[in-house]
Amino acid sequence: MLIKRQQPLPRVHALVACALLAAAGWARPATAQSPSLADVIETIQPKIVKIYGSGGLHGLEAYQSGVLISADGHVLTAWSYVLDAEEYITAVLDDGARYGATLVNHDPRLDVAILKIEATNLPCFNLDEAVSLQPGDRVLALSNLFGIAVGDEAASALYGTVAAVSPLTARRGAFTSLYSGPVYVLDVPTNNPGAAGGAVTDRQGRLAGLIGKELRHALDNTWLNFAIPIAELRSSIEAMRAGRQLPRRADATARKPATAHTPAALGLVLVPDVLPKTPPFVDQLRADSPAQSAGLQPDDLILFVNDRMVSSCKELVEELSFIDHIDAVRLTVQRGSELIDVELKPR
Amino acid sequence: MNALSLPPGLAGLAVSLTLSCQALHGLAQELPAPVQQAQQARIDTMARAARTAVAVFESGGNGGGSGVVITPDGYALSNYHVVKPAGTYMRCGMADGNLYDAVLVGIDPTGDVALIKLLGRDDFPVAEMGDSDRVRVGDWCFAVGNPFLLATDFQPSVSYGIVSGVHRYQPPAGTLLEYTDCLQTDAAINPGNSGGPLFDADGRLIGINGRCSFEKRGRVNVGVGYAISINQIKQFLGHLRGGRIVDHATLGATVATDERGRVIVTDILDTSDAYRRGLRYGDQLLSFGGRAVTTVNSFKNTLGIFPRGWRVPVTFRRDTEVHNVYVRLAGVHAWEELLTQVEQTPATPPVPPPRPRPADAPPGGDRDPSDPPPVPELPGPPPLGAPGRNEPPPAEVAQLIEARPGYANYYFNTLNRDRVWTACRQQGDFHSLTGTWILAGQFSNAAPFEIQLGNDVLAGQFPASRDRVDPRIDLDQQLLPHGSGGLLPALHLWRRLLQLGPQDFGEMYYLGTVPLPGRDGLFDVLVGTHNVVETHFMFDPQTGRLAALEMYPAANTDPCEIYFDDYRPVEDRWLPHRMTVQAGDTVYAALVIERYELAP
Repeated sequence: MLIKRQQPLPRVHALVACALLAAAGWARPATAQSPSLADVIETIQPKIVKIYGSGGLHGLEAYQSGVLISADGHVLTAWSYVLDAEEYITAVLDDGARYGATLVNHDPRLDVAILKIEATNLPCFNLDEAVSLQPGDRVLALSNLFGIAVGDEAASALYGTVAAVSPLTARRGAFTSLYSGPVYVLDVPTNNPGAAGGAVTDRQGRLAGLIGKELRHALDNTWLNFAIPIAELRSSIEAMRAGRQLPRRADATARKPATAHTPAALGLVLVPDVLPKTPPFVDQLRADSPAQSAGLQPDDLILFVNDRMVSSCKELVEELSFIDHIDAVRLTVQRGSELIDVELKPR
Repeated sequence: MNALSLPPGLAGLAVSLTLSCQALHGLAQELPAPVQQAQQARIDTMARAARTAVAVFESGGNGGGSGVVITPDGYALSNYHVVKPAGTYMRCGMADGNLYDAVLVGIDPTGDVALIKLLGRDDFPVAEMGDSDRVRVGDWCFAVGNPFLLATDFQPSVSYGIVSGVHRYQPPAGTLLEYTDCLQTDAAINPGNSGGPLFDADGRLIGINGRCSFEKRGRVNVGVGYAISINQIKQFLGHLRGGRIVDHATLGATVATDERGRVIVTDILDTSDAYRRGLRYGDQLLSFGGRAVTTVNSFKNTLGIFPRGWRVPVTFRRDTEVHNVYVRLAGVHAWEELLTQVEQTPATPPVPPPRPRPADAPPGGDRDPSDPPPVPELPGPPPLGAPGRNEPPPAEVAQLIEARPGYANYYFNTLNRDRVWTACRQQGDFHSLTGTWILAGQFSNAAPFEIQLGNDVLAGQFPASRDRVDPRIDLDQQLLPHGSGGLLPALHLWRRLLQLGPQDFGEMYYLGTVPLPGRDGLFDVLVGTHNVVETHFMFDPQTGRLAALEMYPAANTDPCEIYFDDYRPVEDRWLPHRMTVQAGDTVYAALVIERYELAP
């Protein structure tokens, strides 16, 4: 949905400038003649997206940030409650153009999601040119923290240094973060309300990481300023974009077997399906069933069935209906803050 | 005071940092000369800029903030919310180790700006003025000030960063304190930095730090500080120097974005000047105050940088026709409303008391869901000691403080009124010319005219009419000749000012500085009321001459405007030989004066 799109020209300029900058940066190391920070930031700005969605109550901000990763409108962002109501996600580009965005997919392991807007020829980060950073590297962090920018106003830019590359040991409220891989720990307060999903780039404006959500350190409770390296996100991004984790029903060629799995046959009793999208929590397990033998427990949240994302009880039942009753089923569940893979072997 | 801590498990980092510091020490000699020179230049710039910073303390030593000196005789900028608790007398420490007495000069409560004057020197180090409209996101900048009131020895702290955003809009905190068109920086701005300077990399003043986005991390820097742009302050400076309480402006119309992204007038007061200049419901606003209007925010931003009463260019479109007009901006507050808020509102929004926390909750705790949503806060001074124990000023300082309702410090209004009048008097002394004044010449179309300005009668012979006005009765009923808006009474008031001076003219005060359409620079304004009409006299600050006057017969009407040009000496007095007379959108006449007879 295109509501406003007024200034196509600056985009072209930005693209040209970006190409020139990239060439200049490649040709020689940063010197006194290298582009100014202001010039570099101008090349990044058109790739930053302001995202609006659910929230707005109880101190939950209804906005966050994202980055364009394809010229035809793929937006990488943080997976959060802001994206809960899929039909009400809005993406605003830096020229003020406003789009309804669709949720392509999300990866709860990494807390990232991909959105899609219907547009073409957008400036974007090329993930193949993403860089890795070392402690001491200078970084730029661009995001719409605190929702300061609206419409065609530019995202906020912060400048700092990678203080460390370290495994993430963090919690949000009572829960620890699912992701515990390496992150760039930054010496600037990047992780503010609304900043999640923003870009961390090197001094030349090349994408290096995605600003994470607001988390506290699990041990000392300090607020963390960090970004997840793009290298850690690459395979997930590719899988999400390729739709490999999408439910099978999205695949028109998929065929259902004559006799398929059902939750009941596997010994799974789910919570009552009372919402349009009831999260598929395990309520009970029948004794001596495949589910119990596999070690599932009540209150486990089922996230994936054979690596395909299921976000509701209905989707879980639907996904199982594509699996022949003689085949094993692999489930990925969240138990507390842990992700656990189990295999259910049919009797 | 660095709130950032690294996760444990990174203990090795500290070691490696120590090592790299040692390595750096050895490296210093090997650094290329240009790098060393650049670093030395940066150190020198900061040292030079830091000398202009001020640590503002209440006279009793309670609380305080920061400021920056902008003139050698000690005028300094700070925040309204910093000086508000101090009242009219405060003490200011500077990097030279001295504590100077200072008095309040003027305040802009809406824009959160205060002008104060440090006393005791005429050679204060002065911050060089920058141009905040030329600042770009990513430019280096640094803040100087008194965070956490650390400057017990008056040595200011410096924090370095980049400009994170420009032309930012931050809505009012409480009822006042709206930050429009401000700069956003990641240089650390903490409580106590309020009122202090933000400099660009070359040490030029680009803003006054005043506000931060705080939230769950407590009242410390989270990388988002806001500075009032210096270009906005420049436009208010004349008003502030006049000891006044200054108001911001409104167009008298509301706007909204339509479905095509255009900014459209959705409502307009028919008493506003914008309405009289032709702006109507449904018109598309194209530019305002010299800036393109692309969004509602961009309009609000630009509106916020103008003082009440300024005349700004406005471009709007109706159908296919584009109109260019100048519009006088009304005050955003009713005058009484502004004064009431200055009297009553605490300058810093009240901070809710801390909530009780479960004993096992982590220090600093998570956000309570029932807390109000985050709004940018003012990094005001941390409380020190008991409030409200300000000391009375010493006698020599008290001479520079004069309380009067509606003014921050009336002393400075008189000072500027007299300054303007003294400069004007250099152009000619009319005090003894109490007789009838005769101006004769021709209209630009060569039709002759003659005007007699007497004490009991004003008479004019014009190409289209002969008019008489009795200056002893209410002038608003005698706006003659027709179509001029009241040329005869306006010239009577011009003569009255020249002859009597501001003290005897009637009630007269110094307004500040305003632009005039089509002319460069800003003009000093004296406002006088006599025989029920209010007249604004605009003086050229370079020459001291009267450049224009506007006579307002009533509120919400077009004034009679006279522009005075072509000054030439008559005997030993300089007098204008061309007067352009305008009422509303109509130029009544350009009078070419060939003969003056000023009877004693």
